[in-house]
Order: sequence, then C-alpha cells, then structure tokens
Amino acid sequence: MSLFSFLDRSHTIAKPGFSRWMVPPAALCIHLCIGQAYALSVFNLPMTKLIGITQSAPGDWKLTDLGWIFSIAIFFLGASAAVFGRWVEEGGPRRAMFTSGLCWAGGFFISAIGVYSHTLWLIYIGYGFFGGIGLGLGYISPVSTLIKWFPDRPGMATGMAIMGFGGGAFIASPLSVWLMAKFSTATHVGVAEAFIGLGIIYLCFMWVGAAIVRVPAPGWKPEGYTPPVVAQKLITKNDVYVYDAIKTPQFWLIWWVLCLNVTAGIGVLGQASAMSQEMFPGHVTAVAAAGFVGLLSLFNMLGRFFWASTSDLIGRKNTYFCFFVIGTVLYALVPWTGSIGSVALFVLCFVVIMSMYGGGFATVPAYLKDMFGTRYVGAIHGWLITAWSMAGIFGPVLVNYIRQYQIDHGVPKAQAYNTTMYIMAGLLVIGFICNFMIKAVHERFHMQSDHEAERAQAAVAAAGEPAGA
Amino acid sequence: MSNGNEQGTTTLNLVLAWGFVGIPLAWGVIQTLINAMKLFQ
Repeated sequence: MSLFSFLDRSHTIAKPGFSRWMVPPAALCIHLCIGQAYALSVFNLPMTKLIGITQSAPGDWKLTDLGWIFSIAIFFLGASAAVFGRWVEEGGPRRAMFTSGLCWAGGFFISAIGVYSHTLWLIYIGYGFFGGIGLGLGYISPVSTLIKWFPDRPGMATGMAIMGFGGGAFIASPLSVWLMAKFSTATHVGVAEAFIGLGIIYLCFMWVGAAIVRVPAPGWKPEGYTPPVVAQKLITKNDVYVYDAIKTPQFWLIWWVLCLNVTAGIGVLGQASAMSQEMFPGHVTAVAAAGFVGLLSLFNMLGRFFWASTSDLIGRKNTYFCFFVIGTVLYALVPWTGSIGSVALFVLCFVVIMSMYGGGFATVPAYLKDMFGTRYVGAIHGWLITAWSMAGIFGPVLVNYIRQYQIDHGVPKAQAYNTTMYIMAGLLVIGFICNFMIKAVHERFHMQSDHEAERAQAAVAAAGEPAGA
Repeated sequence: MSNGNEQGTTTLNLVLAWGFVGIPLAWGVIQTLINAMKLFQ
C-alpha cells in the first residue's frame, strides 16, 4: 500500500472490534504537540543572547522582533483552519494529521536553520508560516472524527482533545529548557539544537496519532446508543454545508461568543505574572508569579475537559451562560480582592476564569455540531477559529494599553488593572447577549441531498473562490 | 502500516495508547504543580 492511499479516508475506516477509546489518544498525540505554541516564550530570552551568549550584544534580536513569531503563527493558525477546513473534512483525519506533523516539525527544522544562520525571517517563515499551518490543520483535524465516534458525549470527546492543546505547554516548557541546557556551552546557546530535537519528537508523536486514528464505518453507533427521538430545539438532526453555515447569523453569534470569551481570558493570561506582582507588591514575588501562571495554565487545561463534559449534561447554550455570568461576577470582584490584599481570593477568581476560558474553546465544537450537524463541523470549526486569531490581537492590546493609560494618568500600579477588569466584565455581558440571541438554524440552510455539497462546491468555484478553500 | 488485517482493539492497545500520551502529560502537570506551590510558600 502506498503512503498516499494509507493516508486516504477510505483506509481509515474502522473494522469491527475497533474501540472508540483509541481515538482520543490519537487526537491527544496531535494536540499535546501543537500545544507547544503556548510555551514558545521559553525561547524568547535565549534567542536575544545568541551572539552575546550571557547577555544581549549589538546585533542580537530584540524581544519585540521575536514577539512577531507567535503572532504570525496564530494568524496562520486561523487562516489555515479556515482555508483548509473542507480539505481536512473531506480528506479524512489521517491525511490532515500527517500533513500537520510535517508542517509543524518542518517549521522547527526551518527555524533551527534560522537560528543557526541568525536569520530572523527564516524563523518567521518556519515557525510562523509552516508552524502556523501545522497548528491550524492539527487543531481541527480530530474534531469531527471525535464527534462522530462519541455522538452520545460529543462535548467530553472534543474537550479531551482540546485539553491536550492546553496541556502541551506543560510538556514543552520543561522539555525545551532541558534540551537547551543539554546543547548549550560557554560559547553557544543551544536553541537550534533544541528546535531540531523538538521537531523530531513532535514528528514521531504526531505520526503515531495519524497511524492510530480511525473514522467510524457509515451508520456506526455506539453499543446501546439510540439517538434521541424527540427533537431538541437547539440540536439539529440536519447538516449545513460549510459555506452556507458562514452565511447564518448563528455562526456569527457563536463567532462573537468565542471571540469575547477568549478576549477576556487571553489578555489576562499574557499579563498574569506582571499583574499579580503589581496588584500585590511585596506579597507576590517573581518566582511566586511564575507559579501563578503555571496554575492558570493548569486550570485552563482542566477547564477544557470539565466544562465541555458538563455541556453534554446541561447543554451548550447554558454552559456559555455560566461562563458569561460567573465570569462577569469574578472580573468585577478582582479589584476588590486587590483592595483587601487577599492573594488567595485573587488566585481563586482567576483560576475559575481561566477554567472558563479553556472551557470556551473546548465546548464550541459541540455547539457547532448542535447547530450545523456533524458532516461539515470540522470545516465550520476551522472558520470559527478566526475568532481566536482576532481575540489574540485584541485581548493583550486591551490589557496592555489600558494599564499604560492608567499609569500615565497617575493611577497607582496596584490599581492600574481595575478599569481593565470592569471592561472585561463588560465584554462578557455582550457575550451573554450574543449567546442569548442564538436560535436554531433556519431549515432553508439545511443540506437537502448528498449532491448538495457538490452543487455548492460548483457554485463556489464559479464565484472564483481559490481551489481547496 | 496497513490496517487491512487488523484485529479488534485489545486492552494492551488501549493501555499503550493512553500511556503514550498520559505519561508525558502527567509528568508536565507534576512539574507545573511543583512550581505553582511556590505561590503559597
């Protein structure tokens, strides 16, 4: 069997006796690797000393230049998830996972050459462009497969995979530090070697996931599972074609729900270390702040599994109502925790907020499945990921600029975040309204037959859309 | 690499697959928890 046919969807159809519990580890193989993106910052300081070794020398890269690597990668994550969503959906998960591994590891190898030759644009292309495409393909590749294997618990299944994305940083961070230490000498910083090491490890890991993954045979159902007979208002039994889905108000309302939930969380995540030290001067040291950031990441990961699983019980809309109501109250409470000097309450507020930030990511694929059916859920999810790219820009900018504005206008550093917290609470109120407005998709958007997709595809091609979009 | 002659999933398959992802993840979580404890010291 050739490699290309091995990657084909038809060769991934599970034989009788295959356990669906093999699929979440396959998905985790991908998400644990691409979750490294959250730990990229461990390379920032070493990459500013590639020439000076112990300290930055003239000609060394600046942190502001290095910050673009992550931004470019997140941009191409969203762009590739949107552009290649249908290719992922129609080609099957194995081909997408294989390609994702190739792009992700290839990005590290190109970046290693960039570090070795001290050429920053090679890293922008390597990690930013190729790595970003690997991120996008990898992020969406197992989603619809998991939903099809777990029709009885779609939230839990996708939550498990997306939990891996949150957990990837836990592995990548100490592993990167260890690899750099292993290859560093008195005259050399071992970043390039660490990139090569990570690339090899991730390539193996992701290809193991691609080999394990299977799609269920047509008509397969879990043993003892009978689909609900009584129609539920917000859970459709119909499918909506990807390009029809993005014309619906429901898609854009969910887009804003995700964007606002992520904006509120991502800004805080990026500033957590500085915020905790500035709000509690003398009480929270730099080491303790690093521990706080780790704790936030842990709850970000756990929240993905907890809230997505909870959504199977209480429904997706109600789960997002929980995020927006509890989140608004907690953000409004944060300034008060600072005013009474309670580190414990401050930490408690933020770990719950972070759990809901992660939960927002993990619950959204099942929300899309409820609204638009399973057939194109992966591709629709790909388009929705653009909300994340948008939030990735707005969240940190909002927190940084409002803090600076406050300090420039004479507000003490300990209180400089208060306005930001109230603005975040306000964003969540808007998110609540968007979520409230979500109703079932009108039946005119439902796919009528198996030929619907082909007809829609022809219409898109006639309209001049790029091939493979 | 073919799955044409594959048998049903065994318990060993499941343990290996979950161990492959679970062990590195558990190691990472423990490292993070050790660092997070410094917040309360």
